[in-house]
Amino acid sequence: MKVLLGIGGADDSLDALHETVERAVETGDEVTVAVVENPDSDRAPEDLVDVARETLTDAGLEADVRRLSGDPGSSIVELAESEEFDQIVLGGGQRSPMGKIRLGNIAEFVLLNARVSVKLVR
Amino acid sequence: MSDERAYPSEVATEFPRPPREFEDAEGRPIEVRAWEGEHGPGDDAFESVVEMYVEFDPADRAQGVPPVGEDRIREWLANLFEQDGYDVLAWQGDEVAGHATLVPDDDSTYELAIFVHQEYQGAGIGTKLIEALLGHGQEHGAEYVWLTVERWNRPAVALYEKVGFETAAAESFEMEMAIRLN
Repeated sequence: MKVLLGIGGADDSLDALHETVERAVETGDEVTVAVVENPDSDRAPEDLVDVARETLTDAGLEADVRRLSGDPGSSIVELAESEEFDQIVLGGGQRSPMGKIRLGNIAEFVLLNARVSVKLVR
Repeated sequence: MSDERAYPSEVATEFPRPPREFEDAEGRPIEVRAWEGEHGPGDDAFESVVEMYVEFDPADRAQGVPPVGEDRIREWLANLFEQDGYDVLAWQGDEVAGHATLVPDDDSTYELAIFVHQEYQGAGIGTKLIEALLGHGQEHGAEYVWLTVERWNRPAVALYEKVGFETAAAESFEMEMAIRLN
């Protein structure tokens, strides 16, 4: 399966990176990581590109990491459609102080606009 | 997300402080009390709260809370009480009918949540419980309170509006509401 993982640097996106890589090692999924700019995250996109490359390489996978510019949600959806990915994977939301799950703005946009299946990692 | 939240410019009215005693719409005697001091496993009140959440109807969960299963419930409550916020309980005898909590977000800001057991819903307990929680927080100097609620949860939104919450952000799947206590 051709999987597009979108990460913007929030903690849940890094969890999704690790889960997706682990799963790809088992299943042979072809993983592409799209790094986007998440205004809610303090991590710089350049650093995320390095983290993603390293994680993929360490797992023995090809390090296909792209830095997307423009609106994060729509650039992920566009790439998924133009290169015919089977699935988009995103972080499954962060927890509020009292433990409620809150989806990020990027995940909300992608869920509503993508034409391929979207997986949220918890 | 949180930086987009708009709080009402006006301070809310003074809320009644706990304890409060009343008869609910079904004629059951209910007492709403602040829950002070340590809350930990083994403690009678803590165990009664765990019992309420273990029996809580999963259909009434919101955004993943309360979790399902006693172990997860205990873990969630331990994490909640570690944060040193404010808690108010509605009791019928030695049974917990509802729990409302303010969890600190930063020095002056708290996240609110309220849970009323399904057997006690629709009897006016939620209103008294949330008022007592806001009164309790107000008494201790809490300034800003926010919450999130799923848009389709009309009864909850109506309750929050009734006590003075205003919509703070509405562009996400769930909406944020806020109130200023002090």
